[in-house]
Amino acid sequence: MNALRPGGIKIAPFYLVSGVILIFGAVIVALRYAYGLAYATNLTQTTTWGLWTGFKLVFVALAASGFTLTTGVYIFGMHEYHPLVRPAVLSGFVGYSLFILILLFDLGRSWRIFYPFLVQAGVTSALFEIALCVLLYYTTQFLELTPVGFEWLGWRRWRKVMVGATVGLSIFGLLLSALHQSTLGALYLTVPGKLHPLWYSPYLPLHFFLSSVMGGISMVMLLGWASKKAFGNKMELSWQELDRLTVGLGKAGAISTAVYLAVKALDISLGGKWHEVSSGWGAWYLLETLGCVLFPCMVFAYSHHHRKPGLIRLAAAWTVFGVVLNRLNVAVVAFNWTFPTNERYFPSWMEWVVVVFLIVLGLVIYRLVCERFAIVNQHPDYLSH
Amino acid sequence: MTISRREFISGLATSALISSTASAGALKRFRGYPQRLGLLHDTALCVGCRRCELACQEVNGLPPHPVPIGEAKIFEKPRGVSEKLYTVVNRYRQARESEPAVFRKHQCMHCNEPCCVSVCFVKALVKTPEGPVLYHPELCVGCRYCIFACPYYALAYEYGDPRTPRVVRCTMCYPRIKEGKSPACAEACPTGAIRFGRREELLKLARQRQRKYPDRYFPEIFGENEYGGTSWLTLLKLPPEQMGLAADLPYEPLPNLTTGFLSLAPLVVAIFPGLLGGIYAMTRRREELARLQKQQELERLRKALEEKSAEEVEKLKRHLLARLEKAEFDRQPQATDKTTGASGEENK
Repeated sequence: MNALRPGGIKIAPFYLVSGVILIFGAVIVALRYAYGLAYATNLTQTTTWGLWTGFKLVFVALAASGFTLTTGVYIFGMHEYHPLVRPAVLSGFVGYSLFILILLFDLGRSWRIFYPFLVQAGVTSALFEIALCVLLYYTTQFLELTPVGFEWLGWRRWRKVMVGATVGLSIFGLLLSALHQSTLGALYLTVPGKLHPLWYSPYLPLHFFLSSVMGGISMVMLLGWASKKAFGNKMELSWQELDRLTVGLGKAGAISTAVYLAVKALDISLGGKWHEVSSGWGAWYLLETLGCVLFPCMVFAYSHHHRKPGLIRLAAAWTVFGVVLNRLNVAVVAFNWTFPTNERYFPSWMEWVVVVFLIVLGLVIYRLVCERFAIVNQHPDYLSH
Repeated sequence: MTISRREFISGLATSALISSTASAGALKRFRGYPQRLGLLHDTALCVGCRRCELACQEVNGLPPHPVPIGEAKIFEKPRGVSEKLYTVVNRYRQARESEPAVFRKHQCMHCNEPCCVSVCFVKALVKTPEGPVLYHPELCVGCRYCIFACPYYALAYEYGDPRTPRVVRCTMCYPRIKEGKSPACAEACPTGAIRFGRREELLKLARQRQRKYPDRYFPEIFGENEYGGTSWLTLLKLPPEQMGLAADLPYEPLPNLTTGFLSLAPLVVAIFPGLLGGIYAMTRRREELARLQKQQELERLRKALEEKSAEEVEKLKRHLLARLEKAEFDRQPQATDKTTGASGEENK
């Protein structure tokens, strides 16, 4: 598990493969900045937000791991999940970092990113609210992680100050996440004519928030599993303890998916959209909602009841896939749905490469931080027992 | 231009106040700026010569067409606006082959309540009281929310430019209007299909034509009410869906679809801290009560031991054992003490 063995040049295959992808991705990003968006992307005058926007939505939705867990542990008092808080907050922070990066790549003049705050604020825009939420929540997540840094530095007093702010930061984090997640859905409220009616809804902000909760909880289950796989005994939790927590989280998974499904069903009913369900688009919609939400919901419920952590992790991965599919459907697949096939936007290979580049970058950062800081384990100087 | 943080925050607060008073006074509808200008395109008079396109390119300094004027093959595929062409004329076939084809000019419609203006997070787009919607490239960050939100696909982006890409679109020839001239396309039109003037008068003219030639026109004027109305009006020969437009568009301006949601944000900021703080207080109180109860039981046990009351000790023992058993039972699906791990951290 040691990336760089002391005294040797042996590099773990994980880092070797990632390194190659990262270098390749960085070259593509450089080309995008050198030659413009037209060179790297297939964006058209009619589809100006493409795959990168889809993954902005994905990265933020899955970064919900942070606020879902801090809310559960610090506000609702479910202390037994405390060992998973740091992995969850770190992955939230990494998710937001990826969001910011892909946003910068996508902006025509990314170096003006601070214009809404420093030059002129357009407060009637949902995007202004998003910019404000990102700025504040990114800072909040950073502050939530500062104790990790202070432990590493050995600054006990600073650590104590920041640990004292935990509950306040959790409340602020939930507030900002609720606003940010839902406002991303509100971006699409302005395009009733462009987004397929099965995905367009006046309740899109609510859909985005609720699906981020189920995605975030599922991410926590997967993170616990992946961290244990990667770090083994370094992790504070034993497999047995982790399995028990996973079974507990399975209940949250079942409830959050069920709530989301209920709201989606209400949307179809209230919007009078049942006839749409029987179309070809309807089949795709059912694959997303029944196939990737209802089914995992039932698996969550079954495996929570019968205490099967393996099945719960499967359902979690499934739910995460469902959230990714939903965001890409809204942003790309069901957008401009009336267009004939030959006029539709399809992402270029460079757009895909940049997405893979960012996902790998996220994994590398997560792993590097976990290896060097007390994320999956407790710092030996600050053991609570 | 820079503003201090205080100014920025007070600006935010003021805008929140303004928007709330605006919605409180929303019993009246905004009819658009009075005396605003507009253009009327009469598709029954348009012959598809594309001189308007050429004039537009000249006046905006765009490279000339690869396909020269008069070439019919350009109409084989409908075109959209682009960074090289701010207005396009497309051909639409009638139901019967024998009937002549009709043409429609497309460009920024200059909405009365433009969605592009409302979604810009740096206010780089402005609706002028004269009618035209204007764009300020010196503010633009390039998020392209305006292009995304435009219901008419009338805005384009300079994707090929890595340094100074701009959003480009018809400006209604604002500089020419300021000089007292007509927009270049209206001036170039040889058949009088494009008319420039006050929007109200153009509407009157359009209605007159509809009354005079009821067989010639589709009975509605596109742009009169669509999404709150536009400055560009189109007299349609065919129903809108046969001329590359959407049919039965709502009258509600598009920005209204987000205002309701956005007005929730300050409420969330106002309510959430108290609400979540309350939930946290309940959690803490429950934990505190449990701790107190434990303490009291231990206190009683200590007292009983001090007083050497065997009966009392036995009673407490039974009581504690029963509680322990129950706790074990309740805990079954949950974690054991070990995993509660560092839960004491925030209590330190």
